[in-house]
Amino acid sequence: MVAHAEIRVVHRGGSKINFREPVITNDSRFLLCASGESVKVYSSSSEECVHDLQGHTDLVSGIARNPSNHLQVYSCSADGTVRLWDFTDGILIKTFIIGYPIYSIYVSEKHGGVVFVVVPMANDKSSELFQLVAVHLPRSGDQEVEARELSAVLCDVSPSPGAASFGREGEYVAAAKGLQLEVFFFKKQKPYRFFLKPGIKKGSKNAFTCVSCHPKEDCIATGHADGKIRLWRNFNQKKEYTYSTLHWHHGAVNTLQFTPEGTNLLSGGIESVLVQWRYTQENQKDFLPRLGAAITHIAVSPDGSLFCTSHSDNKITIIQSCVKVSAIIQGLVKSEGVRTDLMIDPRSKALVLNGKPGHLQFYSLHRDKQLYNLDIVQQEYINEEGLDQFEVVKAAFDAHGDWLATVEERRQKGSELEINLKLWAYDEQTQSFVLNTTVTAPHEDQITAMCFSPSPETTMLVTISFDGHFKAWLLGASWSCDFVGGYHLLKPGCCCFSADGSLLAVGFQEVVTVWSPSSWELLTTLSQPPGAIRDLCFGRLSCSKYLLGTSTKNQLCCWNILTCSLEWSTPMDVSLLQADPLSENIAAFCSQSGCSDLFVFKPGEPRPLYSQRALCTGKVQHAIFAPRDQMLESCEEHAQWLNRSQLYFLTQHMDLMTFSTKTEEDRLLASSKRLMVDNSVAVTPFYLLLGKHRLQQQQQQQEALTNPMAERIQLPQGSIAIKELLYTPAHVLPSASFLCSMFVRSLLISSSSARPEFNPEHPVQELELCRPPHTGRVRIPILVYYRLHTIYSSPHTI
Amino acid sequence: MASFKPTKIPIYPKLGEKVTPDTLYWKNYKAPVQIKEFGAVTSIDFSPLAPHNYAVTASTRIHIYGPFSQEPVKTFTRFKDTAYSGKFRSDGQLLVAGCEDSVVRLFDVSGKVALRVFKGHTKGVHVTDFTSDCYHILTGSDDYTCRLWDIPNSTELTSYKEHTDYIRCGTTSKLNRDIFITGSYDHTLRVFDARVEKSVMTMDHSQPVESVLLYPSEGLLVSSGGRYVKVWDLLKGGQPLVSLKNHHKTVTCLGLSSNGQRLLSASLDRHVKIYNTTNYKVVHNFDYAASILSLALAPDDESIVVGMTNGVLSIKHRKSPEEKQEVAGKQRVRPVYRVFVKGRNYVPKKDDFFVSKPVKSHLAKYDKQLKRFNISKALDTALENRKPDITVAVMKELDRRGTLKNALAGRDEQNLSQLLNFLIGNVVDPRFTPVLVTATEMILDIYQAVVGQSSVVDRQLVRLQELVEREIDYQQDLLEVLGMLDTLFATSLPRKEVILKTSCILSINLHLVRNSFILYL
Repeated sequence: MVAHAEIRVVHRGGSKINFREPVITNDSRFLLCASGESVKVYSSSSEECVHDLQGHTDLVSGIARNPSNHLQVYSCSADGTVRLWDFTDGILIKTFIIGYPIYSIYVSEKHGGVVFVVVPMANDKSSELFQLVAVHLPRSGDQEVEARELSAVLCDVSPSPGAASFGREGEYVAAAKGLQLEVFFFKKQKPYRFFLKPGIKKGSKNAFTCVSCHPKEDCIATGHADGKIRLWRNFNQKKEYTYSTLHWHHGAVNTLQFTPEGTNLLSGGIESVLVQWRYTQENQKDFLPRLGAAITHIAVSPDGSLFCTSHSDNKITIIQSCVKVSAIIQGLVKSEGVRTDLMIDPRSKALVLNGKPGHLQFYSLHRDKQLYNLDIVQQEYINEEGLDQFEVVKAAFDAHGDWLATVEERRQKGSELEINLKLWAYDEQTQSFVLNTTVTAPHEDQITAMCFSPSPETTMLVTISFDGHFKAWLLGASWSCDFVGGYHLLKPGCCCFSADGSLLAVGFQEVVTVWSPSSWELLTTLSQPPGAIRDLCFGRLSCSKYLLGTSTKNQLCCWNILTCSLEWSTPMDVSLLQADPLSENIAAFCSQSGCSDLFVFKPGEPRPLYSQRALCTGKVQHAIFAPRDQMLESCEEHAQWLNRSQLYFLTQHMDLMTFSTKTEEDRLLASSKRLMVDNSVAVTPFYLLLGKHRLQQQQQQQEALTNPMAERIQLPQGSIAIKELLYTPAHVLPSASFLCSMFVRSLLISSSSARPEFNPEHPVQELELCRPPHTGRVRIPILVYYRLHTIYSSPHTI
Repeated sequence: MASFKPTKIPIYPKLGEKVTPDTLYWKNYKAPVQIKEFGAVTSIDFSPLAPHNYAVTASTRIHIYGPFSQEPVKTFTRFKDTAYSGKFRSDGQLLVAGCEDSVVRLFDVSGKVALRVFKGHTKGVHVTDFTSDCYHILTGSDDYTCRLWDIPNSTELTSYKEHTDYIRCGTTSKLNRDIFITGSYDHTLRVFDARVEKSVMTMDHSQPVESVLLYPSEGLLVSSGGRYVKVWDLLKGGQPLVSLKNHHKTVTCLGLSSNGQRLLSASLDRHVKIYNTTNYKVVHNFDYAASILSLALAPDDESIVVGMTNGVLSIKHRKSPEEKQEVAGKQRVRPVYRVFVKGRNYVPKKDDFFVSKPVKSHLAKYDKQLKRFNISKALDTALENRKPDITVAVMKELDRRGTLKNALAGRDEQNLSQLLNFLIGNVVDPRFTPVLVTATEMILDIYQAVVGQSSVVDRQLVRLQELVEREIDYQQDLLEVLGMLDTLFATSLPRKEVILKTSCILSINLHLVRNSFILYL
């Protein structure tokens, strides 16, 4: 085997963003969420990802705001580190090495310099027992510091971050596990434990699921698996504690959150309804229904104006004060199985697979963003466990992306299988697919495969079903069934059109039948027993005379269609065959001893172009060649197969992986550097006029900071602002009264420390500075502009 | 927050009803205007002059209505007894009418008093008409005679006494001033020529003749009587051409559409049927509330006027495209409240920025209840709905939600019998069977314990059982027929195909053959 150091298997996009509770920044402009091994910073208004904070080497398991600086966040990870970030610039400030995998992180304003993390019990790393420890973060200037000063607070806690909460001003911490609620008072250094009786009939149905403490009063709200919420009071005594019960949820309460003022309590569960309870008037509730999927986390912004909910379908919804959904950040939805297989939309080049229940998602691989969801089933989704829902099981695009065919099915115990075949036409005006035809019960049994004919003259769809038939659907004035075919009542398993659409190969168990779609004549049958045909694939371009088939008995066969004979065959347990639409290459994923291997080859040549052993553990069931938007110019022979398109595949654990070459990585790095420009500043007319000066000034200031030699007083005439002022025509300049202040400021000797006009905490000084000295009149509108501008462009105050 | 997705009502293919140019043409009428007359409306006649007023003879009056008025523009009341057969002259100036008191009266359309009174018949006069030269009047009476009268000096010209029963219909030729045709209860149609003493042609309808109609070419004559409509070829000496039997009660009136391409027949069975005059197939059908006595079509088919035994006059006007727009425009600008009008008529300028108001979606009542998870109420609402496809769609939705059983449970006798009625009506409909069979099973599960407590429910359950058994037998028969057909098809296939399909298919065929043999034996 040749070692290919240049080609690496990398994660590319589609990571989970609903793993942990998102964090909203103090000014509500950004939303931070843990996403795989990085922390993503999203703009809460535009839904765009602003920064990707990379540095952790394992799953990020929690984020918390730094209580002492609102522009910084802590993140913890299973790699045993806590990192401090500046999220506006995306800079890693410090790394604290704890040494144990961390499962969640808590901070409290009262406990400065201390973070609380949940780690496994120290003595046994593989144990299921966890403890809450306080970590004293050492004050040191180094980038990486070891924080070894741990002190245990609570033993035997749940690793879920919702199962612990800090109470009023950090005086106590409440943690729940199983049927026990434990409250630890820091002053008294004493824990209190409260137990619930297990439900008599339903076992441990009333186990605790989440805890939230009231920020102003001594009250703890706990959620339970039976859908009840309990409000605990008087818990600083062992005996006289009380609790009241609220019940609305019919499933488990997944998450609870008090608003910062403590006036409302938010709860969410599988019903996908955000419930807002009024504190002290608990019979008054507000609902925000139909949020799409089960709520897993709720976060509230520090000023209480924004809520955001994480959902089980990898989605974050931003809600303005329980009234209106203002933004939705949607990641790649990965349900339990990708039943539709991976597809590429020929128009948008987006990856298409089934997403939310009853939907098809279009996911842009280049931008790592979901483009849109297409509602296939068009039925109200009932969020309830144990219901048989309609599922999108098959989908196919035609060659130009004008038509989309989908199959949805619902199997209910004791009743017939319901299948619908839907045909969607692309609407240029709305730029999406519109339902054209619905065929109810197109087959009597499950549809196993479906493909469009690639021939440009006719629009034809072939569906293959377990009922032993394949049907050809032809678009005339409307869609109609053109042909029903079968072969000895065998069950067909797969089908494939040749590249020009003149041949259709259908695999009926051990036999491959080749049909002519124009006359529906059975041209020939091919078989290479033993073993049923698992997958079929025609070669492309110069290799289009070859038909490849894999069988269940570990055989990969290649037939020559011209001679109707077997060209070659090799014993291989191929789980998936995938042809590159832009070249002759075919990728075969083989599973061998629990691992997957990849072979890329041309059907005409016996030697593989590229092979990689032990790609990942488990079988690869889904893969797709995605065309590149820009062709790579790679000269190495073994990397040439990646020039035109990129191979994506889904591992058994539903991770979306791809192959990346060195040249490509270099290019990506370069483009990410270009993106570093601070685009978070609001573009106002004022910014357009003066923003560039300010940037330059900042750069100069930074230069001055880094290079002590450059620290010298600038002459007024050297200032760019002055130059611009002197050389621009008077009629395009802003009013003189405004420019005056700048002129005056440019005369001042700038101190190298924090410049007052950049500090948003001193707006009063701003006012005085801005007042034009010769008139004594304050120009209000410009002042307002100016203040806004300084606030928006405020640099980090480290 | 996504909006609630309403229950999807599947569109089933309509069987039988085809959309043809005819159905489109005859459906393009507005909802009928109904006017109550004093008695049964026996005759309707349109004026040949421009506004096309029409004379409606009912009871002792003749009302003349304008084309769009719902009030009579003129009324003639000078009848001592029931009036019959108000007819306009071809210039639209004069109107003639018979009466039960045997007197025929001639009116000026603009006047009130009868211009001429023709006395001579001894019994009620049911038929009156002008000849094509406008100077003579044809009358037919219950005294078995038909007579011709001269208008200027109001004298009787000729009298024919050939019919042996009441003369109840007749018409004059529009091309020849001397030719006229009468139909009588003696089952005959007679063609008379005023220049000859006797009838020139006799046709036997073999039913009391209720109405006659001459084609504009006057080569064909249509007569109706009993349940039959018959077409006669006059040029071939009164040879019967077609006999139509599409009504199940007496056909009382005939009409011809303005282009002469469609024939209309109205009957006591409350239907108006429209025939194509080239192949005499029924192309459309109108339903009315009561037995129809008279029918008339305005020129250019602008309106269809039908008079009924209960005295109701029903007028359907044709929809005109510009009128449709006008109606829509009217609705748009109609000021409900002054506030709503504000800014309504504002036309946006070219560079205006549009801010669209969110469109409020309206949900059906059952959808609103489904949204609130009121499942039993939603099922009740759906059951009240007349359309079974909606009811079944709601049941299917409940089944999908896993709550159909809850929705079906807890019903009292009345509710349950309503539900069972629905099932009896629709369970064998192949479109609804999959859902309704599930529902039926659930009902049997739930209400098993209370069987025998209510006679109504028990009776319905027995009916349902019979229905299902019959359907199963029927399906079995069908499958048997299908098997036979398959055998026939298999034997008629070319030999090559049979070879291709190997022993497996052959054995199945043999099996089928054996089956069919068993059936035959």
